[in-house]
Amino acid sequence: MSDDTLIQVERLSRRFGRQLAVNDVSFELDRGEVLGFLGPNGAGKSTTMRMLTGNLAPSAGRVFINGIDLADEPRRAKAMIGYLPERPPLYREFTVDEYLAFCARLHGISRDGRAAAIRRTSERCGLEGTGRRLIGNLSKGFQQRVGIAQAILHTPEVVILDEPTVGLDPIQIRQIRELIAELGSDHSVILSTHILPEVQATCSRVQIIHEGVLVFSDTLADLDARSETMAVTVGLGEPPDKDELSGLPGVTQVDALGNSRFRLSLESGAGTAPIGEACVKAGWGLEELTPERLTLEQIFVQLTTRDEADDESDREAA
Amino acid sequence: MIRAIAGKELRSLFMSPLAWVILGVVQLILGYFFLLQVDQYLMLQPRLAGMQSAPGVTDVVVAPLFGNASVILLLVVPIITMRLISEERRSGTLGLLTSAPVSPTQIVLGKYLGIVAFLGIMLAITALMPLSLLAGGWLDFGKLAGGLLGIGLLVAAFAAAGLFMSSLTSQPTIAAVSSFGLLLLLWVIDWAARSQGATGGVLSYLSLLGHYESLIKGLFKSKDVIYYLLFIGMFLAFTVRRLEAERLTG
Repeated sequence: MSDDTLIQVERLSRRFGRQLAVNDVSFELDRGEVLGFLGPNGAGKSTTMRMLTGNLAPSAGRVFINGIDLADEPRRAKAMIGYLPERPPLYREFTVDEYLAFCARLHGISRDGRAAAIRRTSERCGLEGTGRRLIGNLSKGFQQRVGIAQAILHTPEVVILDEPTVGLDPIQIRQIRELIAELGSDHSVILSTHILPEVQATCSRVQIIHEGVLVFSDTLADLDARSETMAVTVGLGEPPDKDELSGLPGVTQVDALGNSRFRLSLESGAGTAPIGEACVKAGWGLEELTPERLTLEQIFVQLTTRDEADDESDREAA
Repeated sequence: MIRAIAGKELRSLFMSPLAWVILGVVQLILGYFFLLQVDQYLMLQPRLAGMQSAPGVTDVVVAPLFGNASVILLLVVPIITMRLISEERRSGTLGLLTSAPVSPTQIVLGKYLGIVAFLGIMLAITALMPLSLLAGGWLDFGKLAGGLLGIGLLVAAFAAAGLFMSSLTSQPTIAAVSSFGLLLLLWVIDWAARSQGATGGVLSYLSLLGHYESLIKGLFKSKDVIYYLLFIGMFLAFTVRRLEAERLTG
């Protein structure tokens, strides 16, 4: 555990009756990282979030926030967390300013610092001018922003947002994403979502949870690097034989796509450039060269539907 | 922290029309009873003047007023306390409190003190009625203070039970009905014994009413005060336990 590790989760599990909602999940998160927590509906995302914020006791495992055990010293640990649950916890009969003032008091912000904290947070979340309006009368998007404001008001070390962009229009979503990226520079952020582009736009790391188990964990940079060119699609003006194509460097398999287009599967480490060079050299009239990357979406679909595919193949085998 | 929660609770109450309606209705009814008692006193006055150690205005007017107030508040307090926790659970705002660096004890005490402050305001307004008699007479302040203490403790006990019931459910109406049922049961628990002429048993000790009656007569027994303090402490502790258990059961 490095000095900058803000969240450390050790073998977290949670049972609801006989159902194992979260099964043996471990991970760490450093300062300045934005973690995208992905999973289909009902995979255990929200349950994990609730355990990380001390709202749900784990059946097994421990959570450390900035080195403090959440179970032993909940108040000290919670002081470092800002949490936006799936349903923003808003008092509809309060005005935005009254609500934020109450949140500030709850988090022990001193009387002198309160007004400044509220002003700063309102600005950050685009809530200027709504301070005197009743929360119940605000649109869904603004309510969501008030929820986010509540989570970052006390400048916590760790910000945990459970589906923060639900119900927002595209412009608001962009603003929230910018805000998250900004938060990520000096806090740790965990973002639970099932919207994949959101993760690619804002996160530095991705974890996929499926049926309570952490099935994938990687940084986005590694993901990009690793997933480079699993295959290339080439379009040729004067196509040669498939055999000739399979003789190209690094090519393991050739599939004809019709229309003089071919999909070349590559062995790992092989680049796109040698293929292009070879095609030009051989005079095949290269018209198209598209590297195919394993996208986050493909990984997600692969990992979260694998079981059903396995089931099917089992059935076929039988 | 406790003060922040108490302040928020009081504020929420006064933001909803419910608190104002309740204050208004209770004062209206008690005002009516008060006038009835004053009227009765004026009728009795000639006869009382001839009696030795006759009951004074405090006995004839103030004690029955507080007696009536206790019955009305038995009905009203569950309605005020019903939303305390159940409403927050239903609208998902309980998470705001449980995610903040605040212990369950602080949450419960904050909410309880908020509601007690509201009930205090209600009783203070009620106390103005007997005090208005000072314009034309004199009151036994000892008895008045005893009565106020008695009804204050009684109402505080109602509120503690109501808070606990509110922590059990996410439906305010269920909380109101069940706390009313609980309070009424504790109110009448010794009636069977009384009708047999037996007193001093366990049931009559448990009765909310029995301890109140002596206080309202101006008889201060520490045993009665301790009963109410224990009652309040017990239900607050139950509520804290309930909130802690919520983390386990999810």
